[in-house]
Amino acid sequence: MSGTTEKKIRALIVDDEDLARLVLRELVKTHPEIEVAAECGNGFEAVKAVAEHKPDLIFLDVQMPKLSGFDVLELIGTETAVIFVTAYDQYAMRAFEVHAVDYLLKPIGRDRFEAALERAKSRIGDKLPAAPAAPDLAAAARAPKQFLERIVVRDGTKVTLIPAAKLDYAEAQDDYVALASEGKKHLKQQTIASLEACLDPDRFVRIHRSYLLNFERVVRIEPYGKDSRLAILADGTRLPVSKSGYARLKTLLDQRT
Amino acid sequence: MHPLLKPISRYVIYLSAWSPLAGILIYLMAEPGKLGWWNATALIIPLCLVYQFVCLSAWYTCKAAPLRTAPVFRTRTMHLAAAVIISFLWVELARLLAYGLAQFQSFQGLDARFKPQVPVLFGLGFLLYLLSVAFHYVVLALDDSSKAEARALETSIFARDAELKALKAQVNPHFLFNSLNSISAFTSVDPTKAREMCILLAEFLRMTLGLGEKTSVPLSEELSLLHRYLAIEKVRFGSRLQMEEDMTEVSSAIQLPPLLLQPLVENAVTHGIANLPEGGTVKLSGHGHNGRVSLAVENTFDSDSTPTHKGGLGLKNVRQRLEARYGKEATMRVSAEEGKFRVELSFPAEVAEVKN
Repeated sequence: MSGTTEKKIRALIVDDEDLARLVLRELVKTHPEIEVAAECGNGFEAVKAVAEHKPDLIFLDVQMPKLSGFDVLELIGTETAVIFVTAYDQYAMRAFEVHAVDYLLKPIGRDRFEAALERAKSRIGDKLPAAPAAPDLAAAARAPKQFLERIVVRDGTKVTLIPAAKLDYAEAQDDYVALASEGKKHLKQQTIASLEACLDPDRFVRIHRSYLLNFERVVRIEPYGKDSRLAILADGTRLPVSKSGYARLKTLLDQRT
Repeated sequence: MHPLLKPISRYVIYLSAWSPLAGILIYLMAEPGKLGWWNATALIIPLCLVYQFVCLSAWYTCKAAPLRTAPVFRTRTMHLAAAVIISFLWVELARLLAYGLAQFQSFQGLDARFKPQVPVLFGLGFLLYLLSVAFHYVVLALDDSSKAEARALETSIFARDAELKALKAQVNPHFLFNSLNSISAFTSVDPTKAREMCILLAEFLRMTLGLGEKTSVPLSEELSLLHRYLAIEKVRFGSRLQMEEDMTEVSSAIQLPPLLLQPLVENAVTHGIANLPEGGTVKLSGHGHNGRVSLAVENTFDSDSTPTHKGGLGLKNVRQRLEARYGKEATMRVSAEEGKFRVELSFPAEVAEVKN
């Protein structure tokens, strides 16, 4: 053991079903070294509770309304040890392989629970190995040919869901992307390349090293200096288009007509 | 039955293909053969009428020696022998006819003038018969390929039937494992509830498995299955799942394909209620009118979330089964408005005959 017994492990239980939370509560009860800091009935509460309680461990259900367990993981980052709990999900398995401490299948058996807890404890004892950013993990776990239909963004404890159709464009800003939607900009910690990989390539085109554009927003293209152009959007926004970006835009345009 | 005789239109086409051949024969006999147009026509027309019919017999030899399987040498010998015999008989008939015609004033000496043309006619008869053999092989091949097509179609229909059957008997694994989890939760806090839920689940599974075999069930049976399904989900979702039912306007004896409504109700729960943190209502309603019955499943859904694919597997399955059963007589209307998702099925009302 890595000597974490002096300090209690703070845990969160997140599941939208009362009975499922009850099972976990019972299983945890026999471990005095674990303190359940909070129980959450949905993903929004979970994101808030993570910010408030800074837990060491989260039991996280995968299927929840609006914000799934994966969305929550994407929003809270990788500092917390996560044990996924699910009834049955073939894609989930792939995500577990890349990040989660462990996963538990419902109904949860005592032995399996103890094993997962042991793994979590040793993970909490060690310093976490540097993991890739959570959104990139989520992108890696996504089933091929399935594109994001909405993007989850967190600002403090506030979670916003941006439907892909309402995203105008994304701009790379260092380690973040700024997502422009309905006149507002939302910052998210993710690389523009991994965001691009999650979105439908028939709708979103990389017009520039730093810009990913919703094709449907373009009104016209204007020449701008040597080799480059400007894309004019419906709301008047002007975005730079690089030479290779213009080629991609043209390919998409030819496909459509 | 001979394929060229069955639909009479085919035989007409075959005959019209013969008329240029008859024309060529008449020309050959009239001009290079020096029989004269009138004599040649009178001789050739009856000969062609007989020969077109004789050539149809090639069908039986072709069928007896299919190109793909029969030995080439034997096939060739058989057809050549048949061609020699048949054209010999044909030429003999021609000689007889020429002799007969020569008895009349206007055909005087036809038999003598025809004599040098006998080898020509024999050669032509031989070629025509072989042409007919080739033609029949083509017809055979076409026949085979259309049969193969029909077989392929039949196979695909069988495959779809099997698929539908499998879908009917399918129990959603999410549902099963989540229910088991609920039972495991109850075992310590409320053993009575645990037992009740075990029984509900067992009844639901038993009914589902039993229904897969039937082609139709009374509405009452489908409803009692749905009640069990909803009771189980109610345990999981608690106050998040509200239910309403209005089936007073429809006879519970109405027959419908089994598990027709179940996928709709399951969709309503898993795509509607499960996506709403505050939950919502699933409403079943039905009414009968003018020999038709209309059943609707309606649920609250999250209109902010991207609409679940309208042609989801469950909906597609229901649509296919309605179509397979009632054809154009059935309609399925799907609407998603103001936070309400609604699927309405309308089909002819059938009531089972009372069995004694």
